[in-house]
Amino acid sequence: MASLKELKDRIKSVKSTQKITKAKQMVAAAKLRKAQAAAEAARPFAERLASVMASLSTKVSGDSAPKLLAGTGSDQRHLLVVVNTDKGLCGGLNANIVKEAKKQAKALEAAGKKVTFYLVGRKGRAPIKRDYADQIDKHFDTSEVRNPGYEQAEQIADDLVKLFEEGKFDVASLVFPVFKSALAQDPVTQQLIPVPSPEESVASESVVEYEPDEEAILEELLPRYVRTQLFGALLEREASEHGASMTAMDNATRNAGELIDKLTIQYNRSRQAAITTELIEIIAGAEAL
Amino acid sequence: MALHFELVTPAKLVRSEEVHMVVVPGAEGEFGVLEGHAPFMSTIKDGAVQVYKTAGAAPESIEVKGGFAEVGDKGLTVLAEHVED
Repeated sequence: MASLKELKDRIKSVKSTQKITKAKQMVAAAKLRKAQAAAEAARPFAERLASVMASLSTKVSGDSAPKLLAGTGSDQRHLLVVVNTDKGLCGGLNANIVKEAKKQAKALEAAGKKVTFYLVGRKGRAPIKRDYADQIDKHFDTSEVRNPGYEQAEQIADDLVKLFEEGKFDVASLVFPVFKSALAQDPVTQQLIPVPSPEESVASESVVEYEPDEEAILEELLPRYVRTQLFGALLEREASEHGASMTAMDNATRNAGELIDKLTIQYNRSRQAAITTELIEIIAGAEAL
Repeated sequence: MALHFELVTPAKLVRSEEVHMVVVPGAEGEFGVLEGHAPFMSTIKDGAVQVYKTAGAAPESIEVKGGFAEVGDKGLTVLAEHVED
């Protein structure tokens, strides 16, 4: 059995761990609220852009459609844009994202396609590098900014559009976590480039005038659409990270509490045992006299 | 006799209000939108969107960068990437 001092030190160390996890949990809870509000505030823009895109893409079709909408005509080279978090301590979130990305990569490779990766966020780098060391195209670091926002989304999107125009890939898909609740964040894969044509084609009855023409507007709109998609993914990532972190830290705090209770009982027992032994010794000594 | 005007950025809904007229810096020239404007869509260039709350009032300018304006049944919606208040 461990000595009293050892037990005492153990309890102290678990207690300080508990303090850290508790603090992290509270921080995550506060940040989660903010991230959720940000995600909600971003919705109107995305919705309106999507509806405009839907009405425009039905009008512009065939040969005149921009490359970002029509694609390169081939689907041999795939780029997976994987959005991971920058910080750990958020349970299985990053592991799940990486798992989803690897699943997609395997499926594509099994179909004979070429797969490369474009990584966003620090935590995905190591696990993906392990399996696909020479297929990582680029890594975009978002760890230096405190709140990745539209600016970062813009940079990533511009980068992707440039790569696309240089003919580095044919299809880009976005892998990112979708925040459902603090308990559930599911990684999903979404096609990013070429921009998927919206399913519900709203046939507007009124004649809309365009200035300049439809193609020019669409040409401007598509990169914007890609940016908005990435921005949405970044916001979802933030919310997911804080949600997952909150849950993970809540569990950790509870586990630490249980461990402390168990160690305290053990400590008290050993103390009692020591006292009893001492008493017995004294009494035995007195009787012997 | 009011135009519903919305100014939206990726980060938030900046404005959503009833106004008299809005002058938008379109890519091919400025245009004013009053209530009952025909459906219209235009890209915008960087510049100031001028909002006239009432007919004679002094306009309030909002600097916008990158985006487009859409006029529909529901009024005018300006989607801008950056807005300076």
